[in-house]
Amino acid sequence: MNTILMNSNKKSAGIAAVVAKNEETILAEWIREMSGSVRRTDLIKESDLRAQCAQFLQLMKDGLETGNVNFQSSVWEKTREMLGDLSRSRAALGFMPSETASFVFSMKRPLFTQVRQDSKDDAEALAEQMWIITELLDSMGLYTTEVFQKSREEMIRRQQEELLELSTPVVKLWDGVLALPVIGTLDSARTQVVMESLLQAIVETNSRIAIIDITGVPTVDTVVAQHLLKTVTAARLMGADCIISGVRPQIAQTIVHLGINLLDVTTKANLASAFALALRKLGITFVRDTQKS
Amino acid sequence: MAVTSTENLPLVSEPDVVAIRRRVREISAQLGFTLVDQTKVVTAASELARNTVIYGGGGIVQLESLNGPRVGLRLIFEDKGPGIPDVELALRNGFTTGSGMGLGLGGAKRLVNDFEIVSRTGEGTKVTITRWK
Ligand SMILES: Nc1ncnc2c1ncn2[C@@H]1O[C@H](COP(=O)(O)OP(=O)(O)OP(=O)(O)O)[C@@H](O)[C@H]1O
Ligand SMILES: [Mg+2]
Repeated sequence: MNTILMNSNKKSAGIAAVVAKNEETILAEWIREMSGSVRRTDLIKESDLRAQCAQFLQLMKDGLETGNVNFQSSVWEKTREMLGDLSRSRAALGFMPSETASFVFSMKRPLFTQVRQDSKDDAEALAEQMWIITELLDSMGLYTTEVFQKSREEMIRRQQEELLELSTPVVKLWDGVLALPVIGTLDSARTQVVMESLLQAIVETNSRIAIIDITGVPTVDTVVAQHLLKTVTAARLMGADCIISGVRPQIAQTIVHLGINLLDVTTKANLASAFALALRKLGITFVRDTQKS
Repeated sequence: MAVTSTENLPLVSEPDVVAIRRRVREISAQLGFTLVDQTKVVTAASELARNTVIYGGGGIVQLESLNGPRVGLRLIFEDKGPGIPDVELALRNGFTTGSGMGLGLGGAKRLVNDFEIVSRTGEGTKVTITRWK
């Protein structure tokens, strides 16, 4: 082992001793240090925050005692776990990433103060200890930001998926007739969901006709058209005929200009006329009860 | 010809295509385009924006509101991608080097009044379209 490393091992253990000796003071000052915006008493209870701080300080002390100040090493695994949990829960609670990182950063000053008092007469030792603390706390702060970001992304992805499912409900209009109102942009991900839920519903309800209603789709370009045609083809393979409804005049014109060939897909201006056509295809007719009207 | 206002939007990914559609819809409505004309220019913009993202490797779009003597909307799509080796062929219905229907470029041309394309292999592609009110 080289001397520099040995030195830093000793220094780190020294910091641990300072922490052990002044635990209460550091804790109190640290919590005071967290300004109102970091403390966010609107989002987290004072007592919970205290418990988190105490736990973190304990882990910090344990880690420093080992003499290993590389935050990526296994010595710090428990600390990483704790900070990871903290970041994830704060992301869910609605904290800002900076407020989360400040949990770690706001400990710098109280810790420095104690270390400075301890090494008053040894400037070199003090400088080294400061360096160790700074490096360690910085990588911890960065780590909270990373975890925070990842869990936010995960949350957004989950919400998007839920939204996808929500926005593509297949409704049974009649025995043998399904309707699928599509709302919004029909991109590849949406199409996959739309197609799957439609095909599944066709099988489950043993339907012969599926109406895909695009009233809620603002623009039909080549990609949307291609996705629609794919869905129609797949439905056909399952034994169901498709009618596309909600083809407004401006959409019809655009489709023609684009040169899209909707093959032999039946299209209707609105859902009602598509439904009427579906019933006719099934041989169902309605007769007005003249006696009542 | 007076350009009333100009704005640039980035075109890097699919959400940008959605944003451009929305913006073109807004501007064309403000300019007083009919619903049919709005839909035409929005659809053309959607096609060209997607080509810029997929084939051009991203780029920018410039939106110009023209306010006199004729009222219109001009859109300029520009990328520094691989360029199109044979523009005439690319404009042909059904021609695609990707997995599309090969209708976007020619379709966009049919949906607007003026269409101009400059493309150089290895340098990039610039498509300018104008729809008059
Ligand atoms: N900005 C661009 N840079 C490079 N190549 C392009 C660009 N735009 C179009 N191309 C080429 O021209 C071809 C035809 O484009 P077009 O938009 O007509 O069809 P597509 O995008 O392949 O399919 P679709 O638009 O029907 O979904 C593309 O496949 C591509 O090879
Ligand atoms: Mg295209």
